[in-house]
Amino acid sequence: MKVMISAFVAALVIASLAPVVLDQFGWSSAEQASSESVRLE
Amino acid sequence: MKSKLFSAAVLALATLLFNPAWAQDGSTVDRTATGGAQTLEDIMRRQEQLEIDESFRSENLGNPENAAPASGQLGTLGGRSDADVWRSIRYNKIDPTVQSPGPANGVMIQDEGMPWYKLREGPVITYGGGAILGFVALLVVFYFVRGKIMIDGGPAGTTIERFKAVERFGHWLLAGSFIVLGITGLVTLMGRSFLIPVIGIDAFAPIAAGSKWLHNNVSWAFMLGLVMTFCMWVAHNIPNKLDWQWLKAGGGIFTKSHPSARKFNAGQKIIFWTVMVLGFSVSLSGLSLLFPFQLPMFADTFGVINSVLGTSFPTDLAPHEEMQYANIWHSIVAFVMMLAIIAHIYIGSVGMEGAFDAMGNGHVDVEWARQHHDLWVAEVEAKEGKGESS
Repeated sequence: MKVMISAFVAALVIASLAPVVLDQFGWSSAEQASSESVRLE
Repeated sequence: MKSKLFSAAVLALATLLFNPAWAQDGSTVDRTATGGAQTLEDIMRRQEQLEIDESFRSENLGNPENAAPASGQLGTLGGRSDADVWRSIRYNKIDPTVQSPGPANGVMIQDEGMPWYKLREGPVITYGGGAILGFVALLVVFYFVRGKIMIDGGPAGTTIERFKAVERFGHWLLAGSFIVLGITGLVTLMGRSFLIPVIGIDAFAPIAAGSKWLHNNVSWAFMLGLVMTFCMWVAHNIPNKLDWQWLKAGGGIFTKSHPSARKFNAGQKIIFWTVMVLGFSVSLSGLSLLFPFQLPMFADTFGVINSVLGTSFPTDLAPHEEMQYANIWHSIVAFVMMLAIIAHIYIGSVGMEGAFDAMGNGHVDVEWARQHHDLWVAEVEAKEGKGESS
């Protein structure tokens, strides 16, 4: 059962890290669909 | 390359089921009375919700070569009337200049949006949800008719290692993430129809937002689990003649016999390949949805199918249309996977005595193993006799 629980924890850790890693790679849906001339920041 | 083509073919085959092109009867309408415009028959067919060949207007977009001089009447519009221009906008046949980048931003009207919405809210939810409920009911009936599959003669009391820790880790990574994805996917697909009427919009909003976050991010764990289990078990899941014998005996479910099997029997191989093929396909469509408009797949897939089968699936898809096909395909494949996994969960838990131990602690009763995987036990014992590990 320890293996099962550690796999579930690993899934949550991967899920938590995924957006951080994607951000590190520079991928952002906001960047893909806008530009400097239309961003309101 | 072969796997890419294979997945493309798998992706497209199911779209045959809902492609509106199949619903058209190919009849030609005489439009001389209206000068080529819409006729009463078109209107009547639309009211009866029948398919209409829209090419009489989607292809009627004017001709710039007929442009009048700039100084003449209609000169500023070239050879196209206002109606021609609006038809071009409606059928996405223009190439407008927009300041924001991205493939979807130049689409002003997306004509296939409503058919997608109706398909998603109608048949996908109805048949998908109905199939799951019906299948669960069937398993309940089966359980009461057949009963739990017991170990003949009772457990031996000694165990044999069935799965190593890394195998169980890969299995539970895949299984745990799939259950999360299944539940959050159902909430996303059906929440608007079934949860909002019960719990209200205010309560549904954080559930929907949480489901979206989980679904998007747990997907990576699912893909990792899929790769792990494929690498660890593919060699044991190559079909062979023994599987045919196992299938002919119905796996012993109805006859209470015990057909021979190695590490995985034919039923487990079916589950394995169902999960691998559909899991790969649902991952592809999921990636397409995860990175909107960046990974379009259906136009290329349809192109391959058209060139192989001579069909005429649309290959000129708007970016939104690509997402809509991916969304519908993602839902259909996920429903089929859920059915397979529900059956797998049943037989691995309440349906068979001693089966859960294989993935619970990795060790199964020797008698259970001899009855369900006799050849595998013989292989393990032969290896142990030679001083090798299992």
